Amino acid sequence: MKRQIPLLIVIGLGLLFVVHTFVPHKISEDFYEWWQTWSKAISPFMVLLGIMSLFMVHSTKIKRKTANWQYSFVTLGGLLITAFVGFMWGTREGTPYMWLFKNIQMPMSATMFSLLAFYIASAAYKAFRARSVEATVLLLAAVIVMLGQVPLGAQISHWIPDTSKWILNVPNLASKRAITLGVGLGITATSLKILLGIERKYLGGD
Amino acid sequence: MFGTISNIVAAFLTLCIFSFLYKDNPFYKFAESLLVGVSMGYAIPLVYENAFIPYVYRPIFLQNKFLIIIPTLMGVLYIFRFSKNLSWLSRYPIVFGMAIVGMFVPMSLNARVLVQMRSTMLPLDNINTILIFIGVVTILMYFFFSKEHKGTYGKISNVGIWYMMVGFGASFGYTVMARISLLIGRIQFLLGECLGLIK
Repeated sequence: MKRQIPLLIVIGLGLLFVVHTFVPHKISEDFYEWWQTWSKAISPFMVLLGIMSLFMVHSTKIKRKTANWQYSFVTLGGLLITAFVGFMWGTREGTPYMWLFKNIQMPMSATMFSLLAFYIASAAYKAFRARSVEATVLLLAAVIVMLGQVPLGAQISHWIPDTSKWILNVPNLASKRAITLGVGLGITATSLKILLGIERKYLGGD
Repeated sequence: MFGTISNIVAAFLTLCIFSFLYKDNPFYKFAESLLVGVSMGYAIPLVYENAFIPYVYRPIFLQNKFLIIIPTLMGVLYIFRFSKNLSWLSRYPIVFGMAIVGMFVPMSLNARVLVQMRSTMLPLDNINTILIFIGVVTILMYFFFSKEHKGTYGKISNVGIWYMMVGFGASFGYTVMARISLLIGRIQFLLGECLGLIK
């Protein structure tokens, strides 16, 4: 019963959602609104689960003194201080909470993502060393698209921005469209498997 | 003075993360751990203000919509995920959200399959439409693994690989541009706002 009732809820509500998509009746609209209201009420507790999970992982690391356990204090400290500051002084512009966001969170996340520029360059170098025709086509397309986005490309030749536009609108579109088709069929198949109770991994063990 | 302190903090943390380019080191580990903690801490008051207050607290305590107590209790069941004996209770909020897959079946089939097919099967009256059609068909043939990719079929599916490489190259180019613009932003911050070398 621990698995059957949740499974019946998914199948029952899921089938109602299928009906809702095809039947634009008021009852159907009300059903969707009801589901949204309840889902929004459930959603804050997902974050609570995430916080608890983070606390448990890091407190276990500290307790067992595993590798780099000292940094867990930094993570937990950062979490507690930021949350406390947010609750204490609010989240509006000019508060300490926004100071933490602008001078700690935002610069660090931007730098973290900018690091990828270096790794992408090294990946491009490795791909080029592979010397396959496909890798060359990939890099050539990447270089043309990049040059097409900056003034330098137009200064070299007006063909570069034009070719860049053509790459994006024709072969790139065809590639994205075919992949979207595959993804669509995948989503439909997986959704059907969940709806029919064939896929049950989301229920977890026991 | 306060602005200077703010810049010093931001510059120090930026350099801590850039130090990873040399090798993994304690400064990077410190910044990485701090980023995880601060990001999670940043989300908590926002979720409280934008989700808990309007969708839980206000309906129950101010608008007397007591039915909302049911999804609230369902949300609380998430916490049982950590209990060995009662973890099955956390399935209820999960399956409530999971039911939306019922909507995915017709919607995904329409938006991701039928609309894409319709947009591909246009009258083949210009070279670009023909090239798009050939691209979509050859890529789909490449992903059809029930037939061995040999002979004519292999050659046709090979055309699909070329299309995909151009597509991946374009995405790669865009990603590089986005990351480099972030890098330029950080260097501008370090050299301009912190050191005053760029006006």
